[in-house]
Amino acid sequence: MGRAIVITSGKGGVGKTTATANLGTALAMAGRKVALVDADVGLRNLDLVMGLESRVVYTSMDVIEGKCDLFKALVPDRRVPNLKLLAASQKAKKEDISPEQMREICKKLKEEFDYVLIDSPAGIERGFRNAVAGADEAIVITTPEVAAVRDADRVIGLLQAEGITEIKLIINRLAPRMVKKGDMLSQEDVVEILSVELLGIVPEDKNILISTNRGFPVTLNMKSAAAEAFRRIARRLEGEEVDFSDLIENGGFFDKLRKLFSRNGKE
Amino acid sequence: MIIDRIIRFLKREPLSKEVAKNRLKLVIIQDRLGVEPDIVDVLKDEIIGVLTKYFEIDTDQVDVSLHREEGSVALVASIPILSMKERLRGKAAQNR
Ligand SMILES: Nc1ncnc2c1ncn2[C@@H]1O[C@H](COP(=O)(O)OP(=O)(O)OP(=O)(O)O)[C@@H](O)[C@H]1O
Ligand SMILES: [Mg+2]
Repeated sequence: MGRAIVITSGKGGVGKTTATANLGTALAMAGRKVALVDADVGLRNLDLVMGLESRVVYTSMDVIEGKCDLFKALVPDRRVPNLKLLAASQKAKKEDISPEQMREICKKLKEEFDYVLIDSPAGIERGFRNAVAGADEAIVITTPEVAAVRDADRVIGLLQAEGITEIKLIINRLAPRMVKKGDMLSQEDVVEILSVELLGIVPEDKNILISTNRGFPVTLNMKSAAAEAFRRIARRLEGEEVDFSDLIENGGFFDKLRKLFSRNGKE
Repeated sequence: MIIDRIIRFLKREPLSKEVAKNRLKLVIIQDRLGVEPDIVDVLKDEIIGVLTKYFEIDTDQVDVSLHREEGSVALVASIPILSMKERLRGKAAQNR
């Protein structure tokens, strides 16, 4: 029996879809069987971020309406074995799907896959409740900004109310230089405010945009700070202990120089 | 960059992330309790109203606020008392 994990945030645009695509890729590359479920019905994007948009034939709506078998509706990623996507319908509305139907889909997927990663829509309404319904665990993603952190706290409360106790946090788009200057909340600040377990930190990284443009999740084929961060998060999900100390920022000349001179290469 | 920091230091401006953190802590307490932001001010006025029946209070120094501690929320009030009210002092003496 696999693990169904919802990736959610409350606030929009903080990186749920990016994280779902990259964590899924990282876990599949590590040899796990992974199903990605786009629960953002009506605003589907996971197929696009994964670069699978041209191969989507059926959606979760077709499965629910009985037009297609669940496993036939999955789009296999040809670049990584054992990575499949269940797309959301772009025409349907969030109300067309019920939490029970989502629960049923996730239950069946868990029998075949090690991980079922559910990309939640923004907000805390029906779409969120649908996304959460089939999940055993949650990853809450936030950026180090006041509005995102506040919404994350709200979502954590709602997840707990739904009976999900396994909740972990990803802080996305952290800019170490700004943290150092005291102009951005640090990882410690965010963890202190939200008091949930930290699963990982993903730095601000322009490679995310570049790779999304191409439809290749950064974790698939890039050496970059964000890709490395997602690989580490995947290892932590697998239960491995990976230290948090060496978050790196891409590029900066002085950073490289500093690293050259600091013996263990850590911050 | 360094100049920025020196100016900020001289102006005693708090770091923007400290401001963010304090604002967040407060707003999250309010979100969790489901209270309106001005409820603490209303509460403060009522507390002062009750206490002034018994004590002389330095009302400018009164501080009532919500704090978050390990998953629960505490109401912390600091109220400097200048003296007991005259008539009450008399009553206490009579009772003795
Ligand atoms: N670590 C990062 N560094 C730089 N850009 C990022 C990072 N993470 C996400 N982004 C960018 O932020 C934008 C929003 O990301 P994404 O679509 O994953 O957010 P979302 O939470 O799924 O949004 P929505 O709520 O609309 O579903 C995208 O343009 C993405 O490329
Ligand atoms: Mg999204």
